[in-house]
Amino acid sequence: MSRLAPMFEQCRAENRAALIGYLPAGYPTLDGSKDLLRVMVDSGCDLLEIGLPFSDPVMDGPTIQVAAEQALRGGFRVRDLFGVVESVAAAGGRAMVMSYWNPILRYGVDAFARDLAAAGGLGLITPDLVPDEAEEWIAASEAHDLDRVFLVAPSSSEERIDLTSRSSRGFLYATSVMGVTGARDVVSNLAPELVARVREHTDIPVGVGLGVRSGAQAAELAAFADGVIVGSAFVTVAADGADAVRALAEDLATGVRSAVAPA
Amino acid sequence: MSPAGQSASGQLAPTPHDPDERGHFGRWGGRYMPEALIAAVDELAAFYEKARIDPDFLAEFARLLKDYAGRPSLLTEAKKFSRHAGGARIFLKREDLNHTGSHKINNVLGQALLTKRMGKKRVIAETGAGQHGVATATACALMDLDCVVYMGEVDTERQALNVARMRLLGAEVIPVKTGSRTLKDAINEALRDWVANVDDTHYLLGTAAGPHPFPVLVRDFHRIIGIEARAQILEQIDRLPDVVAACVGGGSNAIGIFHGFIDDPSVRLVGLEPGGDGIDTDRHGATLTMGTPGSLHGAMSYVMQDEDGQINEAHSISAGLDYPGVGPEHAHLKDLGRAEYRPVTDAEAMEAFALLSRTEGIIPAIESSHALAGAMALGKELGEEAVILVNLSGRGDKDMDTAVKWFGLGVEGESR
Repeated sequence: MSRLAPMFEQCRAENRAALIGYLPAGYPTLDGSKDLLRVMVDSGCDLLEIGLPFSDPVMDGPTIQVAAEQALRGGFRVRDLFGVVESVAAAGGRAMVMSYWNPILRYGVDAFARDLAAAGGLGLITPDLVPDEAEEWIAASEAHDLDRVFLVAPSSSEERIDLTSRSSRGFLYATSVMGVTGARDVVSNLAPELVARVREHTDIPVGVGLGVRSGAQAAELAAFADGVIVGSAFVTVAADGADAVRALAEDLATGVRSAVAPA
Repeated sequence: MSPAGQSASGQLAPTPHDPDERGHFGRWGGRYMPEALIAAVDELAAFYEKARIDPDFLAEFARLLKDYAGRPSLLTEAKKFSRHAGGARIFLKREDLNHTGSHKINNVLGQALLTKRMGKKRVIAETGAGQHGVATATACALMDLDCVVYMGEVDTERQALNVARMRLLGAEVIPVKTGSRTLKDAINEALRDWVANVDDTHYLLGTAAGPHPFPVLVRDFHRIIGIEARAQILEQIDRLPDVVAACVGGGSNAIGIFHGFIDDPSVRLVGLEPGGDGIDTDRHGATLTMGTPGSLHGAMSYVMQDEDGQINEAHSISAGLDYPGVGPEHAHLKDLGRAEYRPVTDAEAMEAFALLSRTEGIIPAIESSHALAGAMALGKELGEEAVILVNLSGRGDKDMDTAVKWFGLGVEGESR
């Protein structure tokens, strides 16, 4: 049973999509990230994706690269991550971690799962780990009752969508464009098609991310996705402080409740 | 056809040393990369599996190596240099004489042909020293492919002439200003480009690293080095060498020459890594000697990283070896004990660089000078009965700025 099932059930009952917000731990500072994540919990994010800053973030555009660099320059250590997860849980929010694979490998896959679960984390999103290489993580996540979110992309074959959805627990992360993270003006028209393909293989909830930055875009995605994932836009406004983060979260929270049919 | 020419068509044939079908060499290799790129590497693997046994592809590749790259490259005995290597006989596999001045041309011609077969029109590449970038720009000019080369900003300064060469050849060179602004960051940026443009773009990776099938296909395109060298040394002295020595950054020239001798148990395979200021400092790039297991740029291998799994910057006087990862097959050969890996410091490499220039009239690349320095140490260990084959992977023209600074070769007032 997925740790996130109650959240998606609640959202379904409210006839809306879940709002999933991302912020790197340690950005703009360690305490600052805890404060902003609390604001995001309070202003409508159903789930927080806490990024683990990494030296070589190949799936991220400039916004998240710069934030990760700042966090690392500020002295962020992997062990600090768990305190950030605890602070979200303490604020009554739901927390997952999003991380490149190498830091977890280095920490020890089972030890990471153990410490994440102990901190109150619900699971892990792995942007550069595919199910083919995930045997150890699948075992560790089962052992510590954590959700595991793999990604599918518009380029994924039917076979890979099938493999990835069978391997995921909690939800499936559909990247709406072929590209790295970063806010975009227009929601990709690849997203509805990808989600429709995914639905033929699985009834696991589908979160859509990459490029969302406004309530209006969130409303478009909410028409066909179970979760709307917003990353770079939060990172951008984080530099402007708590009020800006709150305003964005509220706009997006309104958006996921105002699903519109795609144009 | 020469013996080397005949064997060229067999260089891509499957071997008992190939990885499993998901690209694992023992516990190394595989695919640690975003799902968005899996379709592209699947497609590449499928095209390569067909091409490597397709007589038309093999013939076209062999023709390009012979008539365009200038193969077979020579095998030259370095009789005077031998005095600095304990009297051991030293033979140089002259990849420096290939078109574009290094072994890199072998791989780019093979991958550019594959790019055409896949129907893609645009090629992206990373480069450190610029050798792979120049080779890629060359192949793209020859085969009418659009070419974009990512190069760390630090390296564009160290290798300004190669930047000019690439631009002259029609490539767009993009200086990478993120991270450590060296080779690893150039690879990051190329991967970001690839994920956004994968429909019409091939990532022409320059070393035998990265996700499957790159470690296999890059190795195979360089196997010609070892195939030729084995035939040539048998022809010249009627015996196998005791040692084959090659520099290892990502490890493409080394894996290419090693494979010619991998089934000859009497031949020691020795990879020489960039020891920078020394492996007792934190300024080096000796990944196999000092690294720990990790996933970087798509494969599991040894990686230079801190205790949090953050990737360290490598340091080497040689931009082409300045990389904190290494090809997964080298990690496997280390595990098996089939190959051994040793560090060579900047100072040792530069000494060998000058010695080969003065004793033999051959200016080697600083990368290859690491292999020469390794051969000097091995020769002293093994004595004058020993025969050491060194892969002279590239020529040193591109390194003259570094040499001017290191040795103070400039006109008065410019030397250090």
